[in-house]
Amino acid sequence: MNYSEKVIDHFTNPRNAGEIENANAVGEVGNAQCGDIMRMYMLINEDEVIEDIKFRTFGCASAIATSSVTTELIKGKTIEEALKLTNKTVVEALDGLPEIKIHCSVLAEQAIKEAIANYYSGKTLVH
Amino acid sequence: MKRIVYADNAATTAVSAHVFEAMEPYLRQNYGNPNSIYSIARTARNDIENARINIAKAFGADSKEIFFTSCGTESNNWAIFGAARVMAKKGKKHIITTNFEHHSVSHCVDYLSKNGFEVTYLPVDGDGLISPGQVEEAIRPDTALVTVMYANNEIGTILPISEIGEICRVKGVLLHTDAVQAAGSLRIDLSRQDIDLMSVSGHKIHAPKGIGLLYIRKGVQIENLMYGGNQERMKRPGTENTPSIIGLAAAVEKAVSDMEHKTSYVTSLRDRLIDGLVSRIPKVRINGSLEHRLCGNVNVSFEGIEGESILLGLDMAGICASSGSACTSGTLDPSHVLLAIGLSHEIAHGSLRLTLGQDNTEEDVEHILVTLPPIVERLRKLSPLWHE
Repeated sequence: MNYSEKVIDHFTNPRNAGEIENANAVGEVGNAQCGDIMRMYMLINEDEVIEDIKFRTFGCASAIATSSVTTELIKGKTIEEALKLTNKTVVEALDGLPEIKIHCSVLAEQAIKEAIANYYSGKTLVH
Repeated sequence: MKRIVYADNAATTAVSAHVFEAMEPYLRQNYGNPNSIYSIARTARNDIENARINIAKAFGADSKEIFFTSCGTESNNWAIFGAARVMAKKGKKHIITTNFEHHSVSHCVDYLSKNGFEVTYLPVDGDGLISPGQVEEAIRPDTALVTVMYANNEIGTILPISEIGEICRVKGVLLHTDAVQAAGSLRIDLSRQDIDLMSVSGHKIHAPKGIGLLYIRKGVQIENLMYGGNQERMKRPGTENTPSIIGLAAAVEKAVSDMEHKTSYVTSLRDRLIDGLVSRIPKVRINGSLEHRLCGNVNVSFEGIEGESILLGLDMAGICASSGSACTSGTLDPSHVLLAIGLSHEIAHGSLRLTLGQDNTEEDVEHILVTLPPIVERLRKLSPLWHE
C-alpha cells in the first residue's frame, strides 16, 4: 500500500486520540464486520463552536489517519462549518489516499455528521 | 541500512545462493532452446531431463510423472480443469474439496460449480483440519475428483492427505493435492502415498518465481490446459524455462536433504515466537492446530485491532509479515480461511501471519517479540472495541 507521508504521520502520531468524558456529541459509524469503526467525541459550547474533539478508531492505517486529520480540520469550527466538511477535503488534507481507501474518508465525514445529529437529538451512545 | 526481518516465507522466499549459482550458466551461456539441435541447446535439454529425474527422486516419483509449469496456480488450474474435462465425458460431474483452499483451487472449483458440476465443500473444524471420514462420506458414484490441500497457506495446518489418498484409491476416485506449502517442509513420498495429481511451486522453497510443477501419476489422464508445441511430452506447451527448472531442482534437492535439520530448527523458532507472543500480549488467539502445523507458521489474532495497521507498524520496524484482514486484500471480507475455522469477522480482521524460514534467526524472533507488543498496545488504545 502506497500511503502519503501525511497518512503515515497521522497513523504514527495521531492527533486528538482518546475520549472526552463530558462530550455532548458522540457519533459512531462503520461496523466491526467490515473492519472499520470510527467514533468521534465532541464538546460543543453554547455558541455552537466545537471546542474539543477526540476519536477512537478500529481499522486500517488510513482509517486511523483520516480520523486524526479530521479532528484537526474540525476543532474550533462552528457546527455550520463542520457540516460543510466533505470527504474530499479530508483526502486533500492527507495529500491523497489510495483508491480502495477512499471509503475511510467517507466514514470520517459521516462520523462528524452523525455526532452533530446526535447532539441535536440529545442521543448519547451507550457502550 | 535498516534491519529487515523477513517473516513472510509462506508468501514467497528469497532465492538461495546455491540455487542462484546453479541457474546462472543457463541465463548467459547455455541459453539455447532445449528443442534445438546444437550443443548449447543439447546441454540445456540434458540438464532439464536430469533436473526432472532428481526432482522425481526427491518426491518418490518417476521422472515421466513430472511436468514443469509456470507456477502453482497453473498447476492447480491444469489438474482441476484437466481432470474435470476427462471425467465429465464419463458422466462424472461431482467434485469434493474443502472450504479453505487457496484461491487457485477454490476459484477453479467455483467456476465448475457454475458450469455443470456439483461441488461438495467439506467444512474444516475449528483447528483447521478435516477428517478422512468426511471425504469418505462425501464420495458418490459420480465423484470426478477430490482436491484437498496438503497444508494450508494461512494457518499452516497439515491435512491427513495419506489417509484421504487411501480412501480415494479404494473408492477409485482421483485425488489432487495442492502441495505448494507442504513441499520442502514435509516428507512427501509418492511411491507410498496414493496421490494422483500434486501441485508444487518453486518460489515458496527458495527457487525463483515463475516455475512450478504438476505431478501426474502414470496412467492418470487429464486434458491439456494449453495448446502449442510438443514440450513436456505434448502435455504442456511452451519453451522450457531452463534456468528456473534447474533452480527448482536445486531447491527441491536441498530442501529434501536438509529437511530434518531445517524442520527442527524452524520449529524451535516458531514455538519460541508463539510462546513469546502469548506471554507478552493479552487476548491473543493462535489460529489453527498447534499439533498438525507447518514448522514455520504462526497465525495470531489480536482482539480489538485491525491487521493492516499492525502490518504497517511492523513494516516501520523492518518486519515483513501479512494479515487476513479485508484491508490487505482489497475486499470487504476478511480471509475465508479464518472465517472457515469459525472466527468472527472482527477477530479475523485482527489477524497476523508470521511465517519463518531457514534464513531466520533467534535475533529475528526476539526483534519481533520486542516490536510487536507496543504496536498492539498502541492500536488497542486507539480502538473503540478495546476495553482494558
